[in-house]
Amino acid sequence: MSEAFLPVLAGHAEASEVAPPSTPRNVPYRGGAANPSADALRAQFGDAIHRVDVVWAETTVYVDRARVAEIVRWLHDDPQQRYDYCSDITAVEFRDLDRPIEVVWHLRSLPFRRFIRLKALLPKGQPLVVPSVYDIYRGADWLERECYDMFGIRFEGHPDLRRLLMWEQYKEGYPLRKDFPLRGRFSRSEQLRQILAQNPEAKYSMEELTVLEAFNDLPGDMRQRLGKGEQVGE
Amino acid sequence: MGLDTRRVETGVDVSPSSSESWVTTRLDFLVNWGRANSLWPMPFGTACCAIEFMATAASKFDLARFGMERMSFSPRQADVLICAGRVPFKLAPVIRRIWQQMPQPKWSIAMGACASSGNGIFDNYAVVQGIDTIIPVDVYVPGCPPRPEGLMYGIMMLQEKVKKERMADKSLRNEMEPDPSSQLYIPPQLIDELSENFGNSVHQTRSGL
Repeated sequence: MSEAFLPVLAGHAEASEVAPPSTPRNVPYRGGAANPSADALRAQFGDAIHRVDVVWAETTVYVDRARVAEIVRWLHDDPQQRYDYCSDITAVEFRDLDRPIEVVWHLRSLPFRRFIRLKALLPKGQPLVVPSVYDIYRGADWLERECYDMFGIRFEGHPDLRRLLMWEQYKEGYPLRKDFPLRGRFSRSEQLRQILAQNPEAKYSMEELTVLEAFNDLPGDMRQRLGKGEQVGE
Repeated sequence: MGLDTRRVETGVDVSPSSSESWVTTRLDFLVNWGRANSLWPMPFGTACCAIEFMATAASKFDLARFGMERMSFSPRQADVLICAGRVPFKLAPVIRRIWQQMPQPKWSIAMGACASSGNGIFDNYAVVQGIDTIIPVDVYVPGCPPRPEGLMYGIMMLQEKVKKERMADKSLRNEMEPDPSSQLYIPPQLIDELSENFGNSVHQTRSGL
């Protein structure tokens, strides 16, 4: 993290004759033009790409759940794709008991102005495990922790997969699953008794809150600027 | 002293002749008068009620008229905890700790439907059904969110309450956890059972499958 910070200009990798973005009109519900990355994915990974859906001009690619990390790594690194921003990781569970749980990755390529949605299907009754993309996007850290907290999906390779929204000793299960009752599994008095027994200070480590240590992780030019002391006021 | 020589309802006697400068009163009245007109709030804003609270404190509604212009962001110097917004379970030990850190005398206002009762729409696994399950509450302000006038009315009600307190009554300042071995203590299971048919905000028992 020592090189200078370079701003990414949206669309700068596209050919120069491409028109600037405008609001799309007359977009078909299904069957619009797919994101060019979908064909590239098929060519690169073949069987690992199960299906490509285009809904309202947004491309959804159903991929093999065991090869997600590999596919995302390729999308991130390939000079013709450059998906450099992971905007969301979440999951969907359906009321239908036979329908598998879907894990969803929203990836965006700023240089090519592209958006792609990856989905992996996790059948019910099997362990809910998918590979983590933490190594590729550091921003996936809390997204995967939230997904684990709410759905119980384990991201293999995540260095610190703890609950994020609920407290760590939460015993009632995974709140966004369909079999979870709206008011929780325990009575209100039991919920209150358990939470009041928590120690609020125990949730923070002082290392996470140390500003001085974070200083060394800043980009070089910012460190140099801040090292001189910022000028305040006139 | 420039005051009228009539007996003031609030309990202040002034000297019959204006040339003498003394005044008699009850200590209770004097202390409560001081306390009621200099309540320093500890704002605990978690949701949209906090926006209304800010509007109340700002120039148009001007909370300073009640001696409350000094927001105390440290519980150590606060008199009244104003809980504005819903409190999730994860925040419950925090508001409890803040309440324990506030020195006596202290009061609290539950501002809005969420802080008072959980607001119905937040009757779920994550939200405390009224902060009166965690800390004692003096004034409940209804509304979703309450208008600034509503909050000010609640504050004036709290001032009335403060003015009626008596120093001799030590029980007002007692902070007591029910001792499990005492007669006051009711096991949570029994509370669930007793309150099942009422469904009030304090004991929700509909959490089962």
